[in-house]
Amino acid sequence: MSEQAPPAAAAAARPRPWRGALLAGAGPFLSVALALAVGALFILAIGERPGEIYALMLRESLGTGYGLGQTLFRATPLIFTGLAVALGFRAGLFNIGAEGQITLGALAAALTGVALAAWPWPLLLPACLLAAALAGGLWGALPGALKARFGAHEVINTIMLNFIAFALVSWLGHFVFQPATVRTAAIGPGAELPRLERLWGALHGAPANAALPLALIGAAATFVLLFRTRRGYALRAVGLNAPAAEYGGIAIGATQTLAMALSGAMAGLGGVNFVLGYKHFFEQGFSGGAGFIGIAVALLGRNHPVGVTVAALFFGALAYGGLVINARVPKELVEILQALVILIAICVQGALERMARRLP
Amino acid sequence: MLAPAVSLEGITRRFGALVANQDVSLELEPGEIHALVGENGAGKTTLMRVLYGLLQPDAGHIAIDGRRVRIRRPADAMRLGLGMVHQHFMLVGPLTVAENIALGREPHGRLGSYGRAAAEREAAALAERFHLRVDPRARIADLPVGAQQRVEILKAVGHGAWVLILDEPTAVLTPQEVDELFEVLRTLRDQGTTIVLITHKLAEVRALARRVTVMRGGRVVGSGDVAELPVERIAELMVGHAIPPLAARRALPAGETRLDVRGLTVRDDRGLDAVRQVSLTVRAGEIVGIAGVTGTGQDELVECIAGLRPPAAGELWIAGQRGFSGRAARGPAGRAARQHRAAGLAHIPSDRLHRGLVPEMSLAENLVLGLTRDPALGRGPLLSPRALAARARPLLAGYDVRPPEPGARARQLSGGNQQKLIAARELSRAAPVVLAAHPTRGVDLGAVSLIHRRLLAERDAGRALLLMSSELSEILTLSDRVLVMFEGRIVHETTPDATDERTLGLAMTGRSRGAGA
Amino acid sequence: METLLFLAAAVRISVPYALAALGASINERGGVINIALEGMMLHGALAYTLGAFWTGSAWIGVGAAVLAGVLTGALHALVTVRLRADQITSGLGINLLAVGLTKFVLKAVFDSSSNSSRVAGLPEWHLPLLSRLPALGPVLSTPLVLITAALVVGGQWLVFRSVFGLRLRVMGERPEAAAALGLSVERVRSAGVLISGALAGLAGAWLASEQHSFTDGMTGGRGYIALAAMIVGKWSPLGAAAACLLFGGAEALQISLQGSAFPSELLQMMPYLVTMLALAGFIGRAVAPRAIGIPSDPEKDA
Repeated sequence: MSEQAPPAAAAAARPRPWRGALLAGAGPFLSVALALAVGALFILAIGERPGEIYALMLRESLGTGYGLGQTLFRATPLIFTGLAVALGFRAGLFNIGAEGQITLGALAAALTGVALAAWPWPLLLPACLLAAALAGGLWGALPGALKARFGAHEVINTIMLNFIAFALVSWLGHFVFQPATVRTAAIGPGAELPRLERLWGALHGAPANAALPLALIGAAATFVLLFRTRRGYALRAVGLNAPAAEYGGIAIGATQTLAMALSGAMAGLGGVNFVLGYKHFFEQGFSGGAGFIGIAVALLGRNHPVGVTVAALFFGALAYGGLVINARVPKELVEILQALVILIAICVQGALERMARRLP
Repeated sequence: MLAPAVSLEGITRRFGALVANQDVSLELEPGEIHALVGENGAGKTTLMRVLYGLLQPDAGHIAIDGRRVRIRRPADAMRLGLGMVHQHFMLVGPLTVAENIALGREPHGRLGSYGRAAAEREAAALAERFHLRVDPRARIADLPVGAQQRVEILKAVGHGAWVLILDEPTAVLTPQEVDELFEVLRTLRDQGTTIVLITHKLAEVRALARRVTVMRGGRVVGSGDVAELPVERIAELMVGHAIPPLAARRALPAGETRLDVRGLTVRDDRGLDAVRQVSLTVRAGEIVGIAGVTGTGQDELVECIAGLRPPAAGELWIAGQRGFSGRAARGPAGRAARQHRAAGLAHIPSDRLHRGLVPEMSLAENLVLGLTRDPALGRGPLLSPRALAARARPLLAGYDVRPPEPGARARQLSGGNQQKLIAARELSRAAPVVLAAHPTRGVDLGAVSLIHRRLLAERDAGRALLLMSSELSEILTLSDRVLVMFEGRIVHETTPDATDERTLGLAMTGRSRGAGA
Repeated sequence: METLLFLAAAVRISVPYALAALGASINERGGVINIALEGMMLHGALAYTLGAFWTGSAWIGVGAAVLAGVLTGALHALVTVRLRADQITSGLGINLLAVGLTKFVLKAVFDSSSNSSRVAGLPEWHLPLLSRLPALGPVLSTPLVLITAALVVGGQWLVFRSVFGLRLRVMGERPEAAAALGLSVERVRSAGVLISGALAGLAGAWLASEQHSFTDGMTGGRGYIALAAMIVGKWSPLGAAAACLLFGGAEALQISLQGSAFPSELLQMMPYLVTMLALAGFIGRAVAPRAIGIPSDPEKDA
């Protein structure tokens, strides 16, 4: 019979959160770098020089006042849709319907602005914002309720609702569009959001407008909701471990429906950047894929309001940069880059998390 | 002298900061049954997973029949003649017994079609050879646990294993099924198979094994012949020190009824009656223990009392309030769970990772799961992180949760610490009724001892506790009254003084020798 | 006669759905969610157009389409099976990539970001008896219709009667069981994804062949509808194909109502509404493979 001396206690798993956070924080930057590298291959394929192209994009989108304004203008709806998708993800749901929600939100804001055009701005502006939020919120709550009641997967349903929203807008257009156009009448002056260049002349006529501070308020509100309220706690619990949330007395279906409604409302508000702050009417096709880019924004921003804001700025710069280089490289390169960011980000994130788990 | 059948030399394996195996060496002689013992978390399963190729060691070597080998994946292990019967069976529910046994070496026709008849014949022949009863055509999901385990064993020997590793094989068996398993293992040994039995139950070691190796904290702390090692010595080696025995239970006067269950019938996920007309009461100042193996309806009964599964018939009262009443009668489970909590129910769930915790949330956040309505945590709709942390610190200290950092993530804790966290949350509420389901499953002995002491303290303070467990020693140590559940009914009622593990074990299989309830 | 014509139209319309849904049912049985069908189809359609454009042969176009689908599937498999990233997001990313990539190539080759030049379609087969049937004749003479039917039957056999299918289903229910026996979960799951890529690429070829050109976004959500058909068909190839016939019928109905009193935009909504209804109505009874969406990690505890 043999025995050995008693061993020292096995080392307990001592958490060093900062290491994990560092690795996790590096993820988005690494993803962007890799995506740009793959994008460079496409640029080379059509005979251009990636270094020049990227430098040009950077210079124009962030280096000039007008460019910065354009970047901010394009980033604003992305903050809204990014927050929308992030809210959904936090509750464990995929909101792919931001495209339809932002469209209907914009239309609702425009129609309200037209119908109540005579109202003064302290009444009209909130009314338009409310309309946008309600329209988007309803369009988000619907797939949420279908999931809660029937277990129907929200991915397919939100995508279907995108198509349905577009068809709906086309049909409504017969009644609300100006003849022979795809736009509505102009909204009343009380609903117009002022341009930011009024505060900061350097922006030189760029369409960035007061929707941006609204977006930032939205980000702050999302932070408070998620991390400082009881509802937010319930929402996160449902997204992280639904059975445990249920054990804790949280109604899963109702929470998920609420999350989808908030998500849709946030996306709906994204439409005011164009309708209330820029053209002052609704025009079919204005959104330019903001709903889908929002998914990339949420992923890159790790579903956190601060990260989403930064990621939205990046994608805004990318979008404007794409227009600038369009003569030399098709602007669809930007769409390719956006998709690459999504694919690479999820791979990188997973790999980094596995690495972090093995660290002593 | 024969070369050892299997030899593990200097195996080391880390998971992050946790050293699961530290320089472990083990030798298996051909044709023996070797017990590998240690408490939960000692590193036994990790070691065997290294042997089977499911994990790679950070250092060390493996030798089979004296030759050094590299086992990079289970396929390599199987080719060398190793087979593993896992604690959670690796069986595919919707498929048949024959399909599960044939998996990986399926008989096939031209064009790759699956030869069902041939597979079924093979399965029957295997069963015949090793004296194991199975029906090749039965679906795994329809079989009882003991039968499933037999299929697992057949699968391994069917692949040609002559070294069989069994990981806690009796955890889910009734005492009678355990006896049957032991017969099978002895038959296999007599036919030349070398067997490694991972267990923390010392009675099994005495009954089956010729030699034993004891592990603790990732290292081997002792090994030798079972005949020469008394059980107390093995236990001491497992734990490292003597565990202070629980203070004797004080007799308490009977208090008022706090939990009243009448004629409860509850259906399981398949729609079948899992709990059939169960009635029981628990009074203030007593612990009622329900013994039963998995699958007898314990889980469904607990879920119903907790408000997570509505009853098909019957009623229950928690501290005088009717369960599943009003709006909670229909509607989602969360609503009833909240109602039962508010009525005064605390619940330690049987599956801590599934129900009890949100692993990605912090310790402080987990400590308020189900309790966020407490106004002390923040004004209005808000939740203050500072209030959460302030609430967490004394609880973490009082229940010896390591590490006691409110900001740490729950998934970073060991199983024992996670269970202590849940116990801290539930038992500190001073709720009149406490529901504890398998409160020490998969938990190290230190944590077991703490949780037992706290449960007894709650009882002494006048709470009513309902304890659900499959560990008979735990039931007998803690309970004032003991009920036995079998196939959804209470079939036996007694007290710890009037019974023993043997009798309870019989009752758990439906054969009761005494007053039935 | 009317009904036969309607049936013929429904069959025609359901071909791309059936191919995509067949592929989806195979790879989802293996435990991999494939939202990328839309992107695979789009790549297949573009590849067909390019192949037919450059060589003048429709069949080479079909080959190119299948290849494009397989390559797209390989990307999805790389991201989800090999690198174990989230399967739904990977599918979405691939779909977005396809939108951008196809427009990029379109611009580069045809100098327009919305449509290509006209290309050849698949020639008809004139089979002795079948092509002479009233109403159904033309449909049955279309090569891809017959090929689709054969593939559906073949797929059913593959999933439920072959050794590969047995292992595939294990990967979708309890991959740990297969891994513990030494089978490669990655290899089987990847094979499933590549098969669905090939089939979806073929579906894209059909669309481009029928239209004789490629237009930006021509898949129009069919990939997602095919997923719904797979769910309604309870993850079996035959069931999915039957559900696709149902959806095809709904779309045929929608087309026949064009120009009637119903506003055309509302009619356009029909396939999508039908899909949502189907998901709400059937999902309670349909059970997905148990391990679906969960990447298999050989080192994690069972």
